[in-house]
Amino acid sequence: MTMTAIAPETAFAVEPEPKPITKVSIIISKGTLEGIYPGLIMANGARMEGIEANVFFTFFGMDAVMKGKQDKIKVATVGNPALGLPTLLGALPGMSALVTRQMQKKMEALDIPPIGEFVQMISDSGGKLYACKASVEMFGLSKEDFVEAVQDVITVGEFYELAAGGQIVFT
Amino acid sequence: MPTLTMLNATLDVDAEGFLQKPEQWNEEIAAEIARANGIPALTEGHWKVIRFMRNRFLQAGSAPSVRTLGKESGVDTKELYRLFPNGPAKLAAKIGGIPKPRGCI
Repeated sequence: MTMTAIAPETAFAVEPEPKPITKVSIIISKGTLEGIYPGLIMANGARMEGIEANVFFTFFGMDAVMKGKQDKIKVATVGNPALGLPTLLGALPGMSALVTRQMQKKMEALDIPPIGEFVQMISDSGGKLYACKASVEMFGLSKEDFVEAVQDVITVGEFYELAAGGQIVFT
Repeated sequence: MPTLTMLNATLDVDAEGFLQKPEQWNEEIAAEIARANGIPALTEGHWKVIRFMRNRFLQAGSAPSVRTLGKESGVDTKELYRLFPNGPAKLAAKIGGIPKPRGCI
C-alpha cells in the first residue's frame, strides 16, 4: 500500500457554516394545553428571529383556533405520567380544570399569553395560520368556525407547497 | 470581551454586536448600529420601541418580551414587525445598546 500525501487544503478544510433557518412550518395536532403551546411558542419564537412561520392546525389541534374553544383548552390529567398525578386522581371531576388554572397562572407570570391572544399575536407578527381540510370535513366544520387569524382551510398538498424550502416541525 | 470602535468610541460588545455596557451608548451610536443592521433611518416609531426597550431594561434588569412590547410600548405587534422585520425585540435591544434579550416569548 502506498501512502498518499493529503493536500494541506484538504487536511485543514473548514466545514462550511450551517445556513440559518429562514422558514418553518409547524403542525399542531393535539388539543390539550401541553399539546398546543409548544407549537405556538416555536412559531412565535421563529417570528421573533425574523424567520418565516406557517402553522397548520389538524385534528384536535384545531381547537386552538376555533371560536368558543380557545379558552377552554385543558391540561390532560389522565394518561400523562410526567404530571406525577395518579391516573385515578387525574380522572376526578374538576382535576383537569384545577391543574390547567395552576399552569395558566405560572405561564402568565412568565408573560406567556393565553391561547387566543397568542394565536392573534402570531398572526399580527406575520405568521400564517391554516386549518387542515381533511380534519375540517371530518368534524363537519367550515371556515366560519375559526377565528379571524386563520387564513384558510387547506389540503395537505397545499401545506407542503407552502412549506417548500423550509423546515417542517410536527407537534 | 470583544470591542467595537464606532464614532471614536470603544464599545464592549458580545459576539453578535450587542452592547454589554448600556452606559457606553448614545443616540448617534444607535443610528449607526441601525444602519449596520438594515435600518437606514430611525423614525419616531423606531425610537418609541427602542426607548421603551432600553428604559425597561435599565429599570427591571431584563428586556421586555415581544408581548409586552406590543402591549405597552405604544406600538402594536403588527407595526413592531413592520418597523423591525428581522425581529423587534432583538433588533430594538441591539440598537438601544442593551444586551441580547434571552426570553422565549
